[in-house]
Amino acid sequence: MRITELFDNGEFVVTAEVGPPKGIHLEHLVAEAKEYLSGITAVNVTDNQSSVMRTSTLATCALMKQAGLTPIYQATCRDRNRLALQSDLLGAAALGIENILCLTGDHTKMGDHPGAKPVFDLDSVSLLHVASTLEKGTDLTGNPLVGEPPKFAKGAVVSPISDSVDAQLAKMERKVMAGADYFQTQAVFESEKFIEFMEKAKQFGKPVQLGVIIPKNAGMCKFMNRNVAGVHVPQYMIDELAADKERAKAGITGVEIAAKIIKECRPYCQGLHIMALGWEAKVPELMKLAGI
Amino acid sequence: MLITELKSTETLRELLKGKVFVLNCHGCREIRFPEAEADAFQAELTAAGVVTGIFTTEYICNDENLGYTLEPHAAAIETADTIAVFSCGVGVQTVAAMYPGKRVVACCDTYALPGYQGVTPLEVDCKQCGECFLNLTGGICPLTACSKSLVNGQCGGAKNGKCEVDPDMECGWERIYQKLKKIGRLDALKCPVQIRNYATDDEVTKR
Ligand code: SF4
Ligand code: SF4
Repeated sequence: MRITELFDNGEFVVTAEVGPPKGIHLEHLVAEAKEYLSGITAVNVTDNQSSVMRTSTLATCALMKQAGLTPIYQATCRDRNRLALQSDLLGAAALGIENILCLTGDHTKMGDHPGAKPVFDLDSVSLLHVASTLEKGTDLTGNPLVGEPPKFAKGAVVSPISDSVDAQLAKMERKVMAGADYFQTQAVFESEKFIEFMEKAKQFGKPVQLGVIIPKNAGMCKFMNRNVAGVHVPQYMIDELAADKERAKAGITGVEIAAKIIKECRPYCQGLHIMALGWEAKVPELMKLAGI
Repeated sequence: MLITELKSTETLRELLKGKVFVLNCHGCREIRFPEAEADAFQAELTAAGVVTGIFTTEYICNDENLGYTLEPHAAAIETADTIAVFSCGVGVQTVAAMYPGKRVVACCDTYALPGYQGVTPLEVDCKQCGECFLNLTGGICPLTACSKSLVNGQCGGAKNGKCEVDPDMECGWERIYQKLKKIGRLDALKCPVQIRNYATDDEVTKR
């Protein structure tokens, strides 16, 4: 199932993100996803997230699919050139994995192999273009594909709270030109800013899923404010989390904060993308509280 | 060493709008300049009556020196809509930074050749990519100003206008966006999807 079909039906599409481990035992990851994420539409599988080496995204997607979930294959341009990326996109389609998310990827210096060669032969925009080209039945240089071409739901990301929001909107437009069918956003903590962003983004006519992180504690929020691009947690939320540490630790405060943001933003977007960061178990509760 | 080659005449005709001031850099000794082709094309421009001045010099990458040498040409530059720069990528970037209000056009593509490369005493740099992108990026080189050498716009990693890789470095694409906005050229961001060609001995002129 391609999630674009659901957007077309006017459904509010909910996805969540999981990261493969550094190792070959994926049973736990799959079991957890099955237990907590079966109620949502699809599960994003990250690609060496934050440039930290992990088990193959494509293999993890295949296992998720075997377990009855709908995976979204995240592909970054940091580790593979245009041959490898085309080859993997075709491989995904051959496995029946048709939901993809095209990203540039963090620089290798950000991760656990800082001496690695950063590839960036393509970027998010040209990767979307490549996927669109494959759908037309040829590879990037025009050589024909054998048999029926693949069909993807081609996703992309945008950072709505970024302090470079105009440059982000310009890039979003380029992604639409290159064939993006839907967007997932970086985590939002300020509903007003997101709504403002959506006022400008709606001209592109593509569905946008609000990105949400369940904040775990004040320290995590301060860390994100300092280090994570495009994420800003306002001070009053940090205070709220700091006020009752036990409540925050149990996840109650974080889930309340996230649910409130979702409720405020829901009328302005077409879906929700949850980055649970290890708190997958809280997703069902969050959905309930947010009224989804 | 490096080589500069003229962009295609069709591309140049499209890029050079209105009155044109021509600046040639015969450069450092490490460079091969396409003198005959440049002369022929500039003769065509002159015949068309759009040229406000032609000035040929060297080391335009040295902005202090360039400032002096261009002083006598101030009026010709003032009346021009476009400054057409025939030089390597560093030269074009230097001129674009000096004249933020003018349309500065890179007329050449810069290729690498084996051997010693000219040392430029500047912040701007050119990777001799062979398909100069400066006409799409407000005269700021996306290959050297962006840590990932992205050619289709900003990644999601910029924070407070700084690059994700180095908080002391300005994000190249934030600079490019602000420059395009300032010179009224945001339309450049609507160009087709750009894909680098690493086989630069092929014919690969970017606009
Ligand atoms: S785009 Fe940059 S690297 Fe390429 S020729 Fe122009 S200045 Fe040089
Ligand atoms: S933050 Fe800016 S300069 Fe750094 S890699 Fe991203 S786009 Fe390039």
